[in-house]
Amino acid sequence: MSETWVGKSLERVEDESLLRGLGRYADDLAVPAGTLHAAFIRSPVAHGIIRSIKTDNLPDDAVVVTGEDMLQLSRPFISGVKVDAPQYALAVDRVRYIGEPVALVLAANRYLAEDAADLIDVEYEQIPAVVDPEAAASGNAPKLHDGTDSNVLHEREFSYGDPGTAFATAAHVIETKIAYPRNSCTPIEGLNVLAHYLPGDDAYDVTANFQGPYTLHTVMARSLNVPGNRLRLKTPPDSGGSYGVKQAVFTYVVALGIASKIAGRPVKWVEDRLEHLSAATSSTNRVTTLKSAFGNHGKLLALDYDQLEDCGAYLKAPEPATLYRMHGNMTGAYAVEHLKIRNRVVVTNKTPTGLMRGFGGPQIYFPLERLMDLAAAQLGLDPIEIRRRNLVPSSAMPYRTASGALYDSGDYTGSLDRAAKEGGLQALVEKRKEARAAGRLYGIGCAAVVEPSISNMGYITTLLTPQQRERAGPKNGALATATVSFDPSGAITVNASSVPQGQGHRTVLAQVVADQLGVAPKSVVVTSDHDTTKDPWSISSGNYSSRFAGAVAGAAHLAAGRIRDRLARIAAADLNVTPDEVEFANGKVFAKSNPDNALPIVRPAAKAHWSPLSTPEDAGDGLRETEFWNMPELTEPDSEDRINSSGAHGFIFDFCGVEIDPETYEVRIDKYVTMHDAGTLLNPMLANGQIRGGFAHGLGAALLEKLDYGPDGSFITGTFADYLPPTACEIPHLTILHDCSPSPFTPLGAKGLGEGNCMSTPVCIANAVADALGKDIATLPLTRSNIATLMLEDEPAGRSQPQTPASPKATGDGHAMTGQGSTLVPATPEDLWAIMLDESKLAAVIPGCHSVKRTRDNAFSAEVTMGIGPVKGRFKVHMALSDLIEPKSLTLTGGATGPLGSSQGSGYVTLTPEADGTRVDYTYEARISGKVASVGGRMMDGAARTLINQFFARLSRQAGGQPPAQSPWTRLLEWLGLKS
Amino acid sequence: MRLLDADSRHTIRFQLNGKAVEGVAAPRMLATDFLREALGATGTHAGCEHGVCGACTIRLDGKAVRACLLYAVQLEGRNVQTVEGLAGHDEELSAMQTAFRKHHALQCGFCTPGILMSLSQLLEEEPGADEARIRDCLSGHICRCTGYHGIVAAALEVFEAHRRSGGESGRERTDV
Amino acid sequence: MKPAPFSYALPRTLDEALELLHEYGSEARILAGGQSLAAMLNMRLATPKVLIDIAELPELQTISRRCNHVEIGAGVTQAELMAWPELADTQPLLTMILPHVGHYQTRQRGTICGSLAHSDPSSELPLALALLQGEVVLRSKRATRTVAASDFQTALMTTDVGDDEMVVACRFPVADGNRQFGFREITQRHGDFAIVAIAAHSTENGVRLAAGGVADVPAAIDWPRLSDRDLSDALNDFAWQLGGNDDVHATARYRRDLVRRIGRTIALEVIDAPA
Repeated sequence: MSETWVGKSLERVEDESLLRGLGRYADDLAVPAGTLHAAFIRSPVAHGIIRSIKTDNLPDDAVVVTGEDMLQLSRPFISGVKVDAPQYALAVDRVRYIGEPVALVLAANRYLAEDAADLIDVEYEQIPAVVDPEAAASGNAPKLHDGTDSNVLHEREFSYGDPGTAFATAAHVIETKIAYPRNSCTPIEGLNVLAHYLPGDDAYDVTANFQGPYTLHTVMARSLNVPGNRLRLKTPPDSGGSYGVKQAVFTYVVALGIASKIAGRPVKWVEDRLEHLSAATSSTNRVTTLKSAFGNHGKLLALDYDQLEDCGAYLKAPEPATLYRMHGNMTGAYAVEHLKIRNRVVVTNKTPTGLMRGFGGPQIYFPLERLMDLAAAQLGLDPIEIRRRNLVPSSAMPYRTASGALYDSGDYTGSLDRAAKEGGLQALVEKRKEARAAGRLYGIGCAAVVEPSISNMGYITTLLTPQQRERAGPKNGALATATVSFDPSGAITVNASSVPQGQGHRTVLAQVVADQLGVAPKSVVVTSDHDTTKDPWSISSGNYSSRFAGAVAGAAHLAAGRIRDRLARIAAADLNVTPDEVEFANGKVFAKSNPDNALPIVRPAAKAHWSPLSTPEDAGDGLRETEFWNMPELTEPDSEDRINSSGAHGFIFDFCGVEIDPETYEVRIDKYVTMHDAGTLLNPMLANGQIRGGFAHGLGAALLEKLDYGPDGSFITGTFADYLPPTACEIPHLTILHDCSPSPFTPLGAKGLGEGNCMSTPVCIANAVADALGKDIATLPLTRSNIATLMLEDEPAGRSQPQTPASPKATGDGHAMTGQGSTLVPATPEDLWAIMLDESKLAAVIPGCHSVKRTRDNAFSAEVTMGIGPVKGRFKVHMALSDLIEPKSLTLTGGATGPLGSSQGSGYVTLTPEADGTRVDYTYEARISGKVASVGGRMMDGAARTLINQFFARLSRQAGGQPPAQSPWTRLLEWLGLKS
Repeated sequence: MRLLDADSRHTIRFQLNGKAVEGVAAPRMLATDFLREALGATGTHAGCEHGVCGACTIRLDGKAVRACLLYAVQLEGRNVQTVEGLAGHDEELSAMQTAFRKHHALQCGFCTPGILMSLSQLLEEEPGADEARIRDCLSGHICRCTGYHGIVAAALEVFEAHRRSGGESGRERTDV
Repeated sequence: MKPAPFSYALPRTLDEALELLHEYGSEARILAGGQSLAAMLNMRLATPKVLIDIAELPELQTISRRCNHVEIGAGVTQAELMAWPELADTQPLLTMILPHVGHYQTRQRGTICGSLAHSDPSSELPLALALLQGEVVLRSKRATRTVAASDFQTALMTTDVGDDEMVVACRFPVADGNRQFGFREITQRHGDFAIVAIAAHSTENGVRLAAGGVADVPAAIDWPRLSDRDLSDALNDFAWQLGGNDDVHATARYRRDLVRRIGRTIALEVIDAPA
């Protein structure tokens, strides 16, 4: 019997090239002669009107593309919700988030393009921004889009079963409110686009590290104003990771496509890290109030979700899909009959969201699994026991959930019990007992999660009412495509529209096809690049919703089976047997009854090419088979809004023990166990690799990672020193267990498993931390500082007043910097007053001032070079003096903009005469946004203070010659005995 | 003294993986871009261009350093090793590369070249490194695919094998 | 993320470097390891006209132990100092902190003096300089001068180095054999900038302790041997004096709390340790 390959941990065929540095990633590929490189000009403000884009300083032949060009040459992107909130590839008239592309400029290389970008002068009129989703949804928030009634762009309510009665009669109603933050999986390779407009064909030839879903091909083609066959989209053979994120490249395909059309040249762009972190994409942040009705014995009767989804500044396709991807499995792993959901989607002045590993999962499981712990505590049950009592029983499989998902297979209780036993839960419980007896902070957490995979292309239409769906026509299915062919030498090539991003699809497809055809996997060549013009594909193609193992590998299995059947007919004639007697193994075809009656498989395969007239008629011509596989279970939403949102559903049960350092509040993961039932494992080593990768992302989300904004919308996590993916020192040991309940709905019984730990791990760790601290946890990440905010009691007062009053806010409230100070200037108040109101003297006082102009009464504009240490930039400053009480006090308001960023602020200054001069007291509030805030958030307060000190030092010098003796800083140094 | 004008391109000569190479670059050209674009050595990847992610790590006179924080002009006269030099064209993969494949220490492979360069120095200089030291060295790299498990397993196996075979040099320093 | 144009100078002698600095002044930046500067250049936060690369200048490559201090040339990398066999005997605190400075890869390029010149409020070497009351040697074409740690770092990322001056060396005192040293830093991830870093050593009659990551520059303070209660009060006052800011990584409140807690642990550790 032939060796079989599926289920074996084969080493990857991909690795030989990658380990030698011979990968073919997007930026490694050759570009056409004459290719120009693009640099983007991006908004430094969160919300503003674009007043002007001045390009006077650029050379005449420079190509600059703006939103105006997009308006002329492209159409806005379509999204799942029909609202008048258009998004173009470049901002039109108004910017709505930091990093929004406003213009792009082309040059011979990226260096020169960035030089040119620095010369483009964009004038913005800042308008109030809104960052918090609840604030944005309230009536008096600044509105992002003029064409909509409010920032809430979508709202729908759903009811399944009879939640009203269930809640009214429940023994216990338990509620939690969760604010799930933004994070991103941040592939190390950024987005890449090479776009070439071909005027002769009115077509776009694009290479981009796009990952799908290919529904977006339609979105791009429509935006470029061409039919789909005139947007040829090619993806490179290798991708530097995606985890959903590279879906975000699609808006840039349009920007670069239009730029190529304008320039008449191919154009290329490689996203850099700051661009990526600030503007590529993000998970949605979501505020959820989850109510539950429990019966007396811990039976979960009903759930009521109120979800407020923050999609950022625009609903970028396929959003608001994050909100609906889990719609069928909102009851998680539990058998719950009654379910109520209210979904709202709100826009805020943040980066538009999109695909992200776990897509929608962490946002629902965080509240649901936190709630199970809260309920356990309230009902006096063990957290594991309360879950056990509510898990969907294996006898109910396949199980139809209240909202319509069809859970295919699994023994959830069995898996939970096995995990607890084999993972050593009891030992952890003992350990916790001992640790607590010793006064240590030790906690145990768990989470039970259903991991959906193979998204139904119709799930997003659940957001429409049944009547709207009726009018729009049904959307359903999840077509997967794979092609297997024999060439004239009898060699096998496989192509699938799975657009791998590093998972090892080539290896697994070779295993799958090898099994069908009885050959060694290494003899099968699998291509990984994709070309929409030449390769089979459909809208559901691509690398997302963990659809590879269940759908794509299944399609390859079926395609290989079809070609095998045809080959059997050809071989049967030569072997002198009937086709059903032909077997395939060890690179041979042979007669079942007599294995010595054999031929190398290449013989019948070559025959099909070299002498097609000699092959049986029923073998057909051309040895190439393409399978378009679909799942009949993936129907469109029914008239009662029930939707089987995914084709397969795996089960995960996680538990962990954590210990928290009582001094620093560092969370140390003592042990982490994850049990997966994802059906058949095609390659266990690769499956575990996916689990470990998902776990690392989940752990990052739990403990470290947050895309963070100030209240003014300034983005403050623009580097990998601010946005913190875990390193090898932060990832603990992971124990992986597997159960196997093959899916009855996929060809190989496989289900997706790469996203599950992004759903289970954040809440599992949060539950453990909550257990350790005895505190509720309602948001992430659980950084040391955020835990400190939960734990620290009133701060002891100091004997002396702090120099800079620290605001009581927790981190994440961002960068409204406030400060105050006092300095003694050797001049009279009148002299100082005269300086401050005289533009010629002011020029000498303002650090790095090139010129000051009076624009109107007591209002000035200036050109200033400002900076700290080596960081320097030129800014346009405008300021106005008001509340003038001569020579006693005034208010100064103003702002600065330049390539480094933008700031706005105000200060109140009082002048008090003293024996040897004037005491100047000041308080200020400043907000800084743009590049400096994104990359230097750690130092913004200090920088503001330093600049203000520079100002007063110069003021003193201008007024009387002596530098101020009493800057706050020198006072501290004196106090510390460092300065006399 | 060499004074290289900002607006001109200058000839740069150095040893790349044991072979003399030459190219021209303006002073501001990053070593990453120079290796990739001027010399076609695209195995060195740019992941953050601010020295944190480690994808661009190369060995400069034997030391693993960030190529994104180096300028091409600084390579003049130096000995540069990149991932392409770990195993020659017609050579088998190195022990570390082989162990990476065996332990599934890479998925997308984008961060891998830099990691291999750091580990190659550590293995040469500190074959006695324990898991904590290996993780400390790896903490200068960000991998988003693997959760580092396979990377650490591969490194431990190779360090252990290297120790058992007595290492290649007498420079063993187990105390660091 | 590509740097703006700059000219690149590779002087062969220190005098050549100083001559260049004299000529270009504030338009030039000294490039040693470049582990902070190059990142700022790439982001165009800094756009000097000329980079003067001193990394290989032969005059700057030495680590020399004098009678009461060790002098470290501006070309000496962090990894080189770590590997210096006499380090543990000369100045144990540096042995403690150096593994926390950046990462394996950045320490092989990044220099000791470069870290001091960059003066990041959270970095370890300026903290060590402040605690140990080291010195920085500055040179220009005109003169050489030595600046005490307390005068060197004047504000956030701002030092006393003049436009035509460069750091040519720094000096750390040789440790008195009776002193006990302690160091601990709290970071988000291994190798990150410190949220708070505390270093301390015992003194004849008490303890000297320094904190980084809280105020705009690291600050050190001396205390006599204090009662338990007085030590707590002193640390609380110190924490309030340092103030601290809320930023993306931590609240000022948490930072002050760490000064109190970690400060106490480290202070007691160095006071109580057997000599």
